[in-house]
Amino acid sequence: MSVAASPAGGASAAAGGGSPAAQALMRRHRLRWWEALPWIAGMVFYFAFPAYLGFGCDLLVTILFALSLDLALGYAGIITLGHAAFFGAGAYTVGMLATYNIWTEPITSLLLAALVAGLIGFLSGLVLLRAKGLTLLMLTLCTMALLEQAANMAHAYTGGFDGLPSLPIAPVFGVFEFNPLYADTQYLFALGVLFVCFVFVRTLVYSPFGQSLTGIRENVLRMHAIGSPVRRRLMICYTISAAIAGIAGGLWAQTNAYVNLSALGLDRAATVLIVLILGGYGRLYGAFIGAVAYLALEHFLAQIYPTAWQLGLGLLLVVISLFARNGILGLGEMLWRRYRVRRVKP
Amino acid sequence: MVRPCKGLIMASKLELRGVSAGYGETMVIEGINLVLAPGECISVIGRNGVGKTTLLATVMGHTTLHSGDVMLNGQPLHGMPSFRRALAGIGFVPQEREIFPSLSVRENLDVAARPGPWTLERVFDLFPRLEERLDNMGNQLSGGEQQMLSIARALLTNPSILLMDEPTEGLAPVLVEALTTVLATLRAESALSIVLVEQNSRVALTFSPRTVILDKGCIVYDGESGPLSADPDRLAKLIGIVE
Repeated sequence: MSVAASPAGGASAAAGGGSPAAQALMRRHRLRWWEALPWIAGMVFYFAFPAYLGFGCDLLVTILFALSLDLALGYAGIITLGHAAFFGAGAYTVGMLATYNIWTEPITSLLLAALVAGLIGFLSGLVLLRAKGLTLLMLTLCTMALLEQAANMAHAYTGGFDGLPSLPIAPVFGVFEFNPLYADTQYLFALGVLFVCFVFVRTLVYSPFGQSLTGIRENVLRMHAIGSPVRRRLMICYTISAAIAGIAGGLWAQTNAYVNLSALGLDRAATVLIVLILGGYGRLYGAFIGAVAYLALEHFLAQIYPTAWQLGLGLLLVVISLFARNGILGLGEMLWRRYRVRRVKP
Repeated sequence: MVRPCKGLIMASKLELRGVSAGYGETMVIEGINLVLAPGECISVIGRNGVGKTTLLATVMGHTTLHSGDVMLNGQPLHGMPSFRRALAGIGFVPQEREIFPSLSVRENLDVAARPGPWTLERVFDLFPRLEERLDNMGNQLSGGEQQMLSIARALLTNPSILLMDEPTEGLAPVLVEALTTVLATLRAESALSIVLVEQNSRVALTFSPRTVILDKGCIVYDGESGPLSADPDRLAKLIGIVE
């Protein structure tokens, strides 16, 4: 430790052109070559598996939903078991607008779904985010259960248990037909929506706001002490996360052309949590890896043991929890680090 | 030497009037009266568990205030959330350093930085080592580096009062010496009011001309540091090491 002036500091700042903070921000936002891989894989899937584009849509929706949860849980540390509330809110917004022929244009429908889900996220967040730990977990679960029951009771509008079938969705840009018979349009549309949302989330988590969310997750008291308005930031994050979950729900309703109570159910909330735990939370790409791993496991385990495939999934989760707490992505990072250390020290 | 600052922070006056506080129902400090004049530096010493950390935590609003007032520039802080206290100009360097482990050194600093005379450049003048470790993650730093980062982070909030809770705790003697020099520089070359809580009485008495001694949650001495340095027996009695 020294109090001597550091000539390097000023020199390096001057040489770089722009402030060091701006350079660091640009460095953080810089794209890495491997970040193109998921999108290349998405396009390869489109051409290689034209018969499975419906499955592909489900996968993309799951990734988007997991991404929204990652923002709240992985980055801000908001423990929630009720994220399906926002997924369902988005799905029912799109579904009801289409069923009653109020609004069927797919892109603006998704924006409305985001608005409704975001509003519910904001209002529920005003109460929920005052709680912590188990209380918070239970309150999120209650919010979801309340919405599910509300949707069930308002069967005159929501279709109740039967849901809203055969949603009429207008062609994309007024040109490309949009229904399950045109799975290629649906797939490309879903891929486009995921891309836009991903770019938004990526920009957000690498911004100073994203850093402050990480700070809040790691030490709330410390963030208070450096003057960060913790509750306001959590509210913003939770609302954005809810809006993105709403888009995922709306997209799910559009690609399946129906909505039912399963959009708001505990099954869906638990599944997305499992997806994130499998892939690795707080890592952006954990949602991608987790969704692919989950749906692939579901597919193969169901082939081996159709009546109890969840048993295999449960066992795998136990293994992940014990040996790879940061999910598949965390495990990969750990193995890569070990490999690099071995290469340096033969 | 720290480069001269471009802006100016108005020094603040901190006042505790009959403050009794603790955690929940448990009272830790009782009837504390303390005035920190603008630009003044004081040291607070005492044994483990006498309420030194609680005193700072009370100023930051982390404890339950049972009675009394904490005032900044004559304005009571009662009921003000801790982030507003930080925005009002109170900087806090906690005992456990509390670095964000998954943020880099730069990100740890960026997340706290607010406009004012303390800039990254000025902080690096004080701690050149941090500039070398800018891209390292918080959990890759040594104890000494973490302490530097913790102080640097608090300075970048551009406070008018800096509360430091045992900054030398757990550091090797050579690092304690270096940190003492840094503290002396801070005291001499900035307009900050500083409250230094220390167990190391030598560091504390050297740091400021005024020392406060706490025992069992109460102030048992508030006066000049010089007489205490010259009379170790009296110091030991006041601290409660000997009867």
